[in-house]
Amino acid sequence: MNQYDGRKITIILIVCVIAIIYIIRLFFLQVVNSTWKEQATALTEEEIPLYPPRGIIYDRTGKMLVTNQTVYNLMVVPKKVGAFDTTSICQLLRIKKEDIDNLFAKSRARGEFHRPQLLVEQITPSDYAAMSEQLYKYKGFYAESRTLRVYPQSVGALFLGDVGKISPQEYKKNPYYTKQEYLGKSGIEKAYETELRGVKGINYAFRDNVGNIKEHAGNKEDMPATPGTDLVCTMDADLQAYGEKLMQNKRGCIVAIEPSTGEILAMISAPTYDPNLLVGRVRGHNFNVLLNDVQKPLFNRATQAQYRPGSIFKLAQSLTALQIGAITPETHIHCNRGIIGCHGNHSNDDLEMAIVHSCNPYFREVMHRMVEADRDKSSRFKDARLGLEIWQSYITQFGFGTDVHSDIPGVKTGSVPGVAFYDKWYGKEQWAFSTIYSLSIGEGEMLVTPLQMCNMACVIANKGWYVGPHTVKQIGLGGSPREEYMKRYQLGIDSSHFSTVINAMEKVLQPGGTAARAALKDIVVCGKTGTVQNAGGKEDHAVFICFAPKENPKIAIAVYTENAGFGGTWSAPVATLMIEQYLNDSIAESSKPREKTILEANFLDR
Amino acid sequence: MSAPRQHPLANVDWLTVIVYGIFVIFGWMNIYSAAVVDANPSPFDISQEYGKQFMFIVISSFLAFLVLYMEGEFFNKFAILIYGVFILLLGLVLAVGTTVNGAKAWIQIGGFALQPAEFAKIGVGLMLAKYISNTKTRFNSWKPRLMAGLIIGLPAALILLQPDVGSLLTFVAFILALYREGLSGNILIIGLGAIVFGVLSIITGFNRIDYPYFGVQSGVYILMSIVFVIGFIFMILIRNFVVPRNRKKLFLITFLSTVAAIGFSYSVNFLVDGVLQKHQKTRIYVTLGLEEKEEDREAMLSDTETAEAAAVSSKKSDDPGYNARMAKIAVGNGGLIGQGYMKGPMTKNKYVPERWTDFIFSVISEEWGFLGSFAVVALFVFLIVRIINMAERQRSQFSRFYGYCVASIFFLHLLINVGMVIGLAPIIGIPLPFMSYGGSSLIGFTLLLFIFLRLDAERLSVFR
Repeated sequence: MNQYDGRKITIILIVCVIAIIYIIRLFFLQVVNSTWKEQATALTEEEIPLYPPRGIIYDRTGKMLVTNQTVYNLMVVPKKVGAFDTTSICQLLRIKKEDIDNLFAKSRARGEFHRPQLLVEQITPSDYAAMSEQLYKYKGFYAESRTLRVYPQSVGALFLGDVGKISPQEYKKNPYYTKQEYLGKSGIEKAYETELRGVKGINYAFRDNVGNIKEHAGNKEDMPATPGTDLVCTMDADLQAYGEKLMQNKRGCIVAIEPSTGEILAMISAPTYDPNLLVGRVRGHNFNVLLNDVQKPLFNRATQAQYRPGSIFKLAQSLTALQIGAITPETHIHCNRGIIGCHGNHSNDDLEMAIVHSCNPYFREVMHRMVEADRDKSSRFKDARLGLEIWQSYITQFGFGTDVHSDIPGVKTGSVPGVAFYDKWYGKEQWAFSTIYSLSIGEGEMLVTPLQMCNMACVIANKGWYVGPHTVKQIGLGGSPREEYMKRYQLGIDSSHFSTVINAMEKVLQPGGTAARAALKDIVVCGKTGTVQNAGGKEDHAVFICFAPKENPKIAIAVYTENAGFGGTWSAPVATLMIEQYLNDSIAESSKPREKTILEANFLDR
Repeated sequence: MSAPRQHPLANVDWLTVIVYGIFVIFGWMNIYSAAVVDANPSPFDISQEYGKQFMFIVISSFLAFLVLYMEGEFFNKFAILIYGVFILLLGLVLAVGTTVNGAKAWIQIGGFALQPAEFAKIGVGLMLAKYISNTKTRFNSWKPRLMAGLIIGLPAALILLQPDVGSLLTFVAFILALYREGLSGNILIIGLGAIVFGVLSIITGFNRIDYPYFGVQSGVYILMSIVFVIGFIFMILIRNFVVPRNRKKLFLITFLSTVAAIGFSYSVNFLVDGVLQKHQKTRIYVTLGLEEKEEDREAMLSDTETAEAAAVSSKKSDDPGYNARMAKIAVGNGGLIGQGYMKGPMTKNKYVPERWTDFIFSVISEEWGFLGSFAVVALFVFLIVRIINMAERQRSQFSRFYGYCVASIFFLHLLINVGMVIGLAPIIGIPLPFMSYGGSSLIGFTLLLFIFLRLDAERLSVFR
């Protein structure tokens, strides 16, 4: 034994202290701190999304309107690319050498050199077949399939909508999507995006240290993709195609709705374009061409153009006045052309004939009686405030100034000016009926969309109610529309008030009426013309709304032709031809000259 | 004095043999897991690391039994010869060795490569033991200290010439063993102080400071100035306030310590800045947390996409922190109970570097979790303490000192290897005893241990 025997303890102590430090460190690394596990997951796990096929869209008769087509994206993993013959691969893929160099430089800068990069987008199956025989020779290059939308009928571009790459704003708002995904941008594609897209699936995989993807051996279960839901839309493809034909060389729109259901049978915004133009590799180029076209083909006039309604607004005026008791059907009013102009040969019409003649002084007086009814005797300014408020409450029930409960994305509401509007414009109690009387004939500050005009036709056809105009009839083949499109919006106007208005609309298409020349032989059409004046000396806008047949109406239509002239001449024939096409499935010989005139008309340069 | 001849395997400490067996088999299992990537081929496939390791295990077992059947006296008698042979081999490797990872450390024999540095420790241990038992020195004079330094220094110098810093570092183990035999404890304290002061020097030296009049210089001069000022203040205090009889001695100590500290600080800085190669320098910086800043890591975590991009794109070549980070992530990914044998994502997807050799502990930690890593560390501590206790029961100083050498060597390997994996030591490539893949290291450690077991088996019959 010697004096150093105690050093055994020192040495054992050193060993134990180090071991304890290490074990504590291990405990923190492995048990306490979870960031290392997150890092490990981020490094080793890859979630490969499985994209389901997008739902197919059919028209109401079963014709396929939108379907999918497979294309190929050529991907490259820069890190895996070996030595290759640049010239030959550029030839094969029809790209320039700079394209590859740029992509490589960009991916290196982003630190994604080991990740797949998109080199050539949307190669058609036939082109891909030619490439695929050679492609295997080039290490690091491979193709990924994707689906694109195709439109076999080539109609209804704005009705159906388009699909495009997600924008940064959309990406931020919706966590479902990745940065590279496609989604509905407009129309049905946008409104029914969640139904159409289905549910993405996930394949979990491992990624090794050089970026190779390997099958997952872990405990996370893969999720298969759920295919998108097929839709039956409300459109009648033949009617839509016919409408697009009628509107060729014109600016304007047609909206056709089945009054009893609110189903939009056709919605044409002219000039139209082939929806297939906005698909695939040509999309970018064509989109710019259409966007910069002075005729604005991408602008959906049916839902986004806000026009002054003109004379057709007299229908809503009549019904409102009858309901609030300002007039009766027997009220005669002198056609005093001193204050407001009129046309035709009449002097003291009752309501029905005033509608037929579209008598401006009559409806000016009707508005007068509605707005200034001595509800407040102290001041006509205060009286007008009370009256306008009541008037506005009825007019908005027609769907004016609201979104008419439509499922179409981006519809405009138009405007029904009320007390607040005029107070702001002229100052409180600075305006009275005399200031605002142009509202009475649908001019002035009144703005409506053609969709709202057509909806008014539906209200009249239904004698007091409407269903929100919608574009999808069945979600899933044989399914139902969305719940809100199975309920009626009832206006506060008694159905008894409608017969005078409907009878008058019938007479509009009878000899002596403003649209007599557009009448059909075997179908009773009830309509109303409008001719909206334009500032700057341009030709008037031609407006016509109608429904048919008179009993048990099947179709309501609004036609708005910009800068065409008189409504009865240019818009009414379009509407009745549409009715004929829809109800008879053909155009009678007697209507052919009318059809010819319309097809030959060209108002684009006006 | 001689005892009746017993069976050679009598008195062998079988518990240690069992612990050895556990280490070797468990190591082999994890080498298999680390090296097998896709299918599950035969673990005996000789063309693969795990197959070769199996062969090394067989050879080691054979050699172990051979050692157990030998006379313990042999190792005492031939210590000088064994030492000499290993010195020759270390010289030979410098002449005809193959260079791997920048170190000329391997002698190619047929299909296998021998790494003499792994065996040299046995020679040094035996030689030192022989010297101590012959001279009965307590290291209280300069001559034995110098002798011990020479015995350790000769192979160390040859290894430095390869250069293999990792193997060199394990020679520090002998200082711990020498401490048991009487080497002043001050050397441990000075050693610890040197480590602390060295780290301080490197950290301050890492910064560049714009000094007035001198321009941009290393920050270490600030440290040196502070030491000088403190030393100066102490010297003044001692000169004026310490009782006169102690004054002279204390003044001298303070003066020498200050000069030594300033000189050491400057030397460390000079060594790191001027002598070390860039990758070694960066390893040290990474370990000290100077290269991988905390905010970078947080930024990495906040955006996993960037994290994976950063982690993957930066490979060994362009990111010196890569190995250290991957090893730590793998360890952390183990959790409490591990990802399961053969199921570690970081291991299986090849993120863990050198995973069957120096980083085998990462593999164990990921697949067996904290329970596994704890068990391995605990078993090593058990083995080391057991060897120390066995060493203490030796009657001969030769056996006792050799036992301490064995324990110290295992301890130093554990300290550096595990420390490197869990980010507490710089990345220094030395194996984890018995578990890392490699014929030289397994055979070397086996011989190291079993020579001691042989000596221990004869503890009752031998007086030296």
